[in-house]
Amino acid sequence: MLYSDKVMDHFGNPHNVGVIEDADGVGEVGNPVCGDMMKITIKVSDDHLDDIKFQTLGCGAAIATSSVITDMARGLSLEDAVKITKAEIAQELDGLPPAKMHCSVLAADGLRAAVDDYLVKNGREPISGGPELVEDDEHGR
Amino acid sequence: MTERRIYLDNAATTRTDPRVVAAMEPYFTETYGNANSLHAEGRAAHKALEDARARVASAINASRPDEVLFTSGGTESDNSALIGLATAGGRTSGHIVVSAFEHHAVLEPAEWLGKHGFDVTLLKPRPNGVVHADDLKDVLRDDTIMVSVMHGNNELGTVQPIAELATAARERGALFHTDAAQTLGKVEFDVAALGVDAASFSGHKIYGPKGTGVLFLKKGLRFAPYLMGGGQEFRKRSGTQNVPGAQGFATALEIMAAEREAETIRLTALRDRFEAAVVGRLENTYVNGTDAPRMPHLTSLIVKGVEGESMLLHLDAKGIAVSTGSACSSGSLQASHVLMAIDCPQEIAHGSLRVSLGRWTTEADIDCLVDALIPIVERLRAMSPVYEKMFGASGA
Repeated sequence: MLYSDKVMDHFGNPHNVGVIEDADGVGEVGNPVCGDMMKITIKVSDDHLDDIKFQTLGCGAAIATSSVITDMARGLSLEDAVKITKAEIAQELDGLPPAKMHCSVLAADGLRAAVDDYLVKNGREPISGGPELVEDDEHGR
Repeated sequence: MTERRIYLDNAATTRTDPRVVAAMEPYFTETYGNANSLHAEGRAAHKALEDARARVASAINASRPDEVLFTSGGTESDNSALIGLATAGGRTSGHIVVSAFEHHAVLEPAEWLGKHGFDVTLLKPRPNGVVHADDLKDVLRDDTIMVSVMHGNNELGTVQPIAELATAARERGALFHTDAAQTLGKVEFDVAALGVDAASFSGHKIYGPKGTGVLFLKKGLRFAPYLMGGGQEFRKRSGTQNVPGAQGFATALEIMAAEREAETIRLTALRDRFEAAVVGRLENTYVNGTDAPRMPHLTSLIVKGVEGESMLLHLDAKGIAVSTGSACSSGSLQASHVLMAIDCPQEIAHGSLRVSLGRWTTEADIDCLVDALIPIVERLRAMSPVYEKMFGASGA
């Protein structure tokens, strides 16, 4: 199981770590039993992501996928941000080991949860459709 | 990657000692014969093989050299011991007990036997990392044919009371096997004093060559060969013997024995220095198995609120090699079965770090590790969305 150089770059020097104090939306996903927890905070203006920060407890892939999704999502419309898929995240990192695909889902789910949180807080309908489904065989063995 | 590396994963494998390499060398290009051939080349190889066998037998106090079978490693020794002893004489059923924190080289064949007519009990160690003889007695039955409990646990470093466990098994008419891959040469191993019927050893854990192992098999036991073919190794393990490997194994073991006393003192002091520094300087950390007998060179550290693989990767980037029992390093989403077996909660087991010292580890290496690890842990905890909530001063 080897990580790409890009994963190692993001893991070693993650981008956008932290919490936006006056965040417009907050997404928290994962659970400590499975070992990965992620919190995304966003700033929204004109239905676009102005700012995005993350905190993650997890393995190298969990941290790298969190970091890269903040880069990918910044400046996107809310509609486009919730469409980011695990496959796109993995691609952006030059691939992930199969057993690590769940980490990229966590990052995408965290972003979706933050966007929905913003919308609901503002009396609007959530648009993400919830967490992306993962097939069992991608959980590794 | 920095120039200088600090290798602290000696429980995974060791650097082959140059003295061992030197002892092996003549058996590649000079004495290269097949130990089963009748001609001079074969006789010379045979002599070297039997010399290695006698030296290994003497080091583990086997009653005769033919109780020592050379194998390809710890995994083959474990697999063949379990399956060879269980299925000997065409046996197709019976009760087998293995501890729940065995290496997979024991667990997997046990599971295989469980699917092929045998009844397998997984015996839980106690939370201090020790399999208690009373707990074994509770699960032994009249139809128990074999018990397998490892000597030293590879993740926790705890040493099991093999003599007591073997006695309990023998009293109920069951055979006793132990996987001693982690302890060989580090903790005294005397097959007669421990009263074991079979034991597995690995060469590369004792600064010997990879791809070498030994199965100790007490004379007179019924055994179904696991590898079949030319009938080498007293018809118990076919395949042309690895003469340089056998010589390397014997030399590695003799060096371990000669240096054991001094190394035990030296490694214990280094290990204690590491544990005191890290537990003293980092909140919410503890060491597994501290109230149990332990091998001198291994620390199983739990760092709460941090994922093990992240620590491993950051340390690696700083030139330090360690390992972890975290789920995320194993390719599965389950934390280590060893930590689960001692009832370590999942959310804490993810923060395990195994540091295993070796022949070339120095005090400076240990200090370097501590100085590298502390800021890594602090940084990862600061990045965690839940550390303060779960483990912070105001939390649990």
